[in-house]
Amino acid sequence: MRAFLLCKKSGKARSPSTTVEDFAATVWIKPTKLLIEFGNKLRVVFDDAYPSGSLVRCDCNYFAAILQQNEGMTEVSNWKSRSPVLGLIASIGVLVICLFISIALGAADISLKTIYEAIAVFDGSTEHLIIRTVRIPRSLLAILVGAATAIAGAIMQGISHNPLADPEILGINAGAAIAVVVAIFIFGTSEPSFYVWCAFLGAGTSAVSVYLLGSLGRGGLTPLNLTIAGAAIAALLSALTTGILIISQRTLDEIRFWLAGSVAGRDYAIIAQVLPYIVIGLVLALALASQINILNLGEDVAKGLGQKTAWVKIAAAVAVLLLAGSAVAAAGPIGFVGLVVPHIVRLLIGVDYRWILPYSAVFGAILLLASDVVARLVIRPQELPVGIVTALVGAPFFVYLARMKVSK
Amino acid sequence: MKQNTLRIRSRSLPLSLRVKQRVLTVLLLLLLVTLIAMIASVAYGEYPIPPLAVIQTVLGLEENSDYTFVVNTLRLPRTLVASLVGLALAISGAIMQGITRNPLADPGIIGVNAGASLAAVSLIVLFPSVPVGFLPISAFGGALAVSLLIYFLAWEGGSSPLRLILIGVGIATVIGACTSVITTFGEINSVSQALVWLAGSVYGRSWEQVFAFLPWLIVFLPLALVKTRQLNALALGDEIATGLGCHIEWQRGWLLLISTALAGSAVATAGAIGFVGLMAPHMARQLVGATHGGLLPVAGVMGAMLVVVADLIGRTLFAPIEIPCGIVTAVIGAPYFVYLLVQQRGK
Repeated sequence: MRAFLLCKKSGKARSPSTTVEDFAATVWIKPTKLLIEFGNKLRVVFDDAYPSGSLVRCDCNYFAAILQQNEGMTEVSNWKSRSPVLGLIASIGVLVICLFISIALGAADISLKTIYEAIAVFDGSTEHLIIRTVRIPRSLLAILVGAATAIAGAIMQGISHNPLADPEILGINAGAAIAVVVAIFIFGTSEPSFYVWCAFLGAGTSAVSVYLLGSLGRGGLTPLNLTIAGAAIAALLSALTTGILIISQRTLDEIRFWLAGSVAGRDYAIIAQVLPYIVIGLVLALALASQINILNLGEDVAKGLGQKTAWVKIAAAVAVLLLAGSAVAAAGPIGFVGLVVPHIVRLLIGVDYRWILPYSAVFGAILLLASDVVARLVIRPQELPVGIVTALVGAPFFVYLARMKVSK
Repeated sequence: MKQNTLRIRSRSLPLSLRVKQRVLTVLLLLLLVTLIAMIASVAYGEYPIPPLAVIQTVLGLEENSDYTFVVNTLRLPRTLVASLVGLALAISGAIMQGITRNPLADPGIIGVNAGASLAAVSLIVLFPSVPVGFLPISAFGGALAVSLLIYFLAWEGGSSPLRLILIGVGIATVIGACTSVITTFGEINSVSQALVWLAGSVYGRSWEQVFAFLPWLIVFLPLALVKTRQLNALALGDEIATGLGCHIEWQRGWLLLISTALAGSAVATAGAIGFVGLMAPHMARQLVGATHGGLLPVAGVMGAMLVVVADLIGRTLFAPIEIPCGIVTAVIGAPYFVYLLVQQRGK
């Protein structure tokens, strides 16, 4: 059964049990693609997974379970039933504008006309060379990394019920970082193709351990348990990383720019390295979207609806790994993009992950592109690592979330 | 179960002290173990000295000038710094766990260490000409600024322990990012130097650091011990604490300040030694129970022992390479953290 049901919080909130009794014991709904509003209290959304005309029986226990899961879910009041396609197209438009700004602005400002000429009629001049070999790959990488990180964050938040989930906060970045540092220390290579695998390995290991650790605590995978487990793992890993960097100044010199998180000075080779993994991760994520919708209602409900939750979680974890792992491999640990973007997206378009994921990709790309432009303009001709800009943007947001969403 | 207690009462002063016998026994035993660890720490190293000679040297009975130099100038201050830092961090952690009512809180996880580290690293890398004596002051300033920031951000018609932790983690992440900017752009040698400091190390500490650190302890340790009653009340929950006549916000603020001062000055002296503030209070709690009057001193001695042992391990295990003791405590502390999480689940 593929359905989800949302409790609307606007107006007077009612306790789930009374609402269900209002419903009568059994509800019969014709499940084509439809959206039904029950007064001001409930909405039922079915997708078209059923042949039209068949009947689905929803008994009241099922409603009660869903209602309980969704109690206090504030995003629901922002549910927009009109098609979000236009919004997506508009945001892609914004992304393209950001792309041009990102190519144009920097240590040397370049006009739009020159950008066009560099792409269309390349003449080998310095400016054209800058555009082709420096600015375009950098901007493309920012787009890729931003999109991947944001989707990874959205999935993490979706499956863990944790509004504070983010690759940086939950220690995944620290895992990737130590793996890369260890590899450089032992093998002395700074070959990007090598980075990628190490980053995956490290990110995977630390993600799994944080997840397991978080579920060991009292009350299971609560936001608090996950956050503390992430912080502890990150503390351990960064202590070890520091240890290696102390022993080997050569590693330190080689890796410290990467460690701060930056998309500067990357070439097409790195993009080509991570692109396949990001694409696979993206496809997997989008394929999982409706499963995440169901899982987002709570583990018990999802199981009640016949979902094999373990498999969905494993597939989602693989997607997160591919996306976050390639992002951190290509650009170093960049924090808070995965935290901020999904929340903004949810505010705009609601709780349907089939839309949240593509929106997150576009918004994440925009955020990272914009942060990168800021990073290279504030202390011109010097550059900040983009990771610091996203941290400064994201921190107030994190504080806001910790105050609003986890206060109970 | 009846606990044997000792009562100490003063006739002239309005003061009375009740000490559980168990606390006293554990405390004395721990002190003994710590003392042995300290002697071992002074004795072993690249130039081993017989433990008996160590004691004689410290007491001024030894004539061997090599011994006196190694012990009095190199190893003794280092060991003293290690023990004092451990003491401060552990008590700071115990207070923090009390006020947040979260057994997993630790000055490191909550961001106080991060603030002190940022201040110190910027001093080392950006202003290399500033004398070393300013390091503790700036680190303490950093710790204080961060904990004030966290406290105010967590404030919403009152400070909530849960928000304190979450916001602490968030702020720690941002501050970590700022620190990494400095280590990215700084001159490579001073960055290298700052990293040792970031990892937490007592390497090369001299009497100067011991004497710079002592005043903080002399002021804030008694303050912490005086506040144990309020801490006990807070640990029961806000409502009960209010019911017991405790002004919760005021007391929480005070205790947070004491905890920050202890952690900040410790980080200022020896860098960010992690997990000691987490581990020591737990071990102490298992030995003497959760009442803070006994818990704080026992945790303090436990912390001292942990850091001294960690330093000893760090410098002997992979000799001649020296591992900063902060890394050793992290390696010991992380599994302990897992153990705590698992154990907590049963409750």
